Amino acid sequence: MMQSYYEATARERLAAIVDAGSLREILPPPARTLSPHLMALDLPTAFDDGVIIGSATLAGLPILAAAQEGGFMGGAVGEVHGAKIAGLLARAVATRVAGVVLLLETGGVRLQEANAGLIAVSEIIRAICATRVAGIPVVAAIGGQYGCFGGMGIAASCCGTVVMSEEGRLGLSGPEVIETAHGVDEFDSRDRALVWRTVGGKHRYLLGDAQVLVDDRLDAFRDALAAALRAGGRLDLAALEREHAMLARRLDAYGTCRDAEEIWRAMGIEAPQDVPMLPTDVLVAACKSRRAA
Amino acid sequence: MERLAFRFDGGVPAASARQPCIVGVVASGNLEVLIEPSASDSACAIEINTAAHGFRATWQAVMADFFARHPIAGVRISINDAGATPAIVSLRLDQAFEAYAGDGAP
Repeated sequence: MMQSYYEATARERLAAIVDAGSLREILPPPARTLSPHLMALDLPTAFDDGVIIGSATLAGLPILAAAQEGGFMGGAVGEVHGAKIAGLLARAVATRVAGVVLLLETGGVRLQEANAGLIAVSEIIRAICATRVAGIPVVAAIGGQYGCFGGMGIAASCCGTVVMSEEGRLGLSGPEVIETAHGVDEFDSRDRALVWRTVGGKHRYLLGDAQVLVDDRLDAFRDALAAALRAGGRLDLAALEREHAMLARRLDAYGTCRDAEEIWRAMGIEAPQDVPMLPTDVLVAACKSRRAA
Repeated sequence: MERLAFRFDGGVPAASARQPCIVGVVASGNLEVLIEPSASDSACAIEINTAAHGFRATWQAVMADFFARHPIAGVRISINDAGATPAIVSLRLDQAFEAYAGDGAP
């Protein structure tokens, strides 16, 4: 049994995270819900359009879950792919499940589907907020090779809890996009240490964009997602105002920093240069009280 | 994309009713293989949708090789290919067969 979340495919992740044998896939591969756009462009299609959705139980809780496959077009969101996730969230409100689990691995909008992909991502964002307003927790996991970027980076940030591993990456524009748009002096996308200390799981945890940092193990993700579902929580005006106040404090405290290491130093973390090398449990124990959130 | 279809007769049906199985991912140099029971067809029917044009003879050989190893009947095999090598195709077909006809999960 493979243990690494990073190495697993979307199907392997989903199977390992939900209770054994509990997954009932919606629109499974035999349904052949292919992307009409990719077919029209004569590009390779996938029978699930790169996302697996279904109902299951997680630690006994009835949930709905989606898992994006980063290997298929970088997990990018097309019209069908996006409709599957948005529809899953609408179903969560209609059926009052205990929560929605999103295993995100995506570069954002599938550019080949242009406006249909953009609309799909905005529908997902709206559906995440509507689901949380209805009192149903939406929790996300990010720990795959392709990270979570673009419009889906916004979608992840709209979830109540984001669980990340050190290997996971979360951002808006990806490193290559920033370098292309603003030059290598602004951001060197080949500098892996720079990339990970800017968008990687540890920094996202310390900044408060991720609420839980776990090791790259399927069972660690599963346990963290189950705990987040049990904790529950509703999105309301007070919660939104607390979040905005945190973001304002964060910008005020660290807005002039030029590098993540400067932020860690400003947080009062001892030996900030060692943060990238610390094991997860040591980092969490040493820095929990220093986080921006 | 190039669409190919192959049929192999004379195989043996699976011992009992089987569930559809899928293995692999449509990633560069990889493919997904969907294998399902076919109610209407006693053959092994294979449909391929591949990004690499002009390899019919190679596909024919790899499929015939698979059927020689696993002469199964009453199945529909559907492949979405993003430029996998013959060795990867054979591996995925074996995985799909094992998941479909084997006792446990792959």
